[in-house]
Amino acid sequence: MDVNTLNREQIKADRPDFHAGDTLDVYLKIVEGNKERIQVFSGVVIQVKGTGVGKSFTVRKISNGIGVEKIFPLNSPFIDKIVRVKEGKVRQARIYYFRERRGKSARIAEAKKGKA
Amino acid sequence: MDVILGKKLGMASFFGPAGREFPVTIVEAGPCKVVQVKTIEKDKYEAIQIGFISKRFKDKDVKVNKPLSGHFKKAGTEAFRFLKEFRFEGAGKTEVGTEINVSNFNEGDNIHVTGISKGKGFQGTVKRWGMRLQGRSHGTHESKRGPGSIGQCTWPSRVWKGKRMAGRMGSDQVTIKDVEILKIIPEKNIIFIKGSLPGAKNGILKIRKMEA
Repeated sequence: MDVNTLNREQIKADRPDFHAGDTLDVYLKIVEGNKERIQVFSGVVIQVKGTGVGKSFTVRKISNGIGVEKIFPLNSPFIDKIVRVKEGKVRQARIYYFRERRGKSARIAEAKKGKA
Repeated sequence: MDVILGKKLGMASFFGPAGREFPVTIVEAGPCKVVQVKTIEKDKYEAIQIGFISKRFKDKDVKVNKPLSGHFKKAGTEAFRFLKEFRFEGAGKTEVGTEINVSNFNEGDNIHVTGISKGKGFQGTVKRWGMRLQGRSHGTHESKRGPGSIGQCTWPSRVWKGKRMAGRMGSDQVTIKDVEILKIIPEKNIIFIKGSLPGAKNGILKIRKMEA
């Protein structure tokens, strides 16, 4: 028996397909005491890592001039939904070079429609 | 019955009820059968011997040698690939042939798991015992991962027994204590155990419930 098939029900089917260079809105469920609210973390995907239930991705954004990166488990129940805002055109699967970019050079060309 | 044998299938991620992500080892545990019961009167200690992974194929036991086939015949069970003994109080009262499966365990139970660690081969003192590396500069030559001095001088004129040196590492019996069961799938005999466990995939693990 394979470990991935045994845990398959934990894989969330509603997650959209995306890859490095895309701009995402990640809707996070934040629990404060008994209250639950939704917070949006939007930024550029730096990398998508792993397979199966343990798949994760890293999103980078600039918050008040400071670079912030968050690593999310793709199948985490704390993620309400993921919206793919922009499809980026990049050549690398993991765009670590993006961390060194500021201002004008920190732009990613949009992918042509139908050519993901 | 708070003991069982299992086979390590591998590791995965698991989201708990609160949504937290845990590393889990997935183990196929049981069904096992009690093959022999040892009692204080007869054997001077009490224990049960349980068998795991049936060797029965089409109503026939396959690849079992004569001494073992007699052992299984006496118990009235099918032949098993693995036999392991568990010692615990009250074991002598168990009946031969009792079936053991994961239903004896509950989610949230704390268990001890014993297995054979992965073999590492012949290793030096740095990896095997965690000894420090020697300096790379200040005139060090010929020796960078050596053990250093291994003893004194005229007395005792020999090396103490048990001195930590290079040698075979791994393939040891290792027990991981107090680990939690996060999930049980009874119909598939599968348990999810939090954290890592000793040994390679398909290794045999002895699992026992922690005493309260």
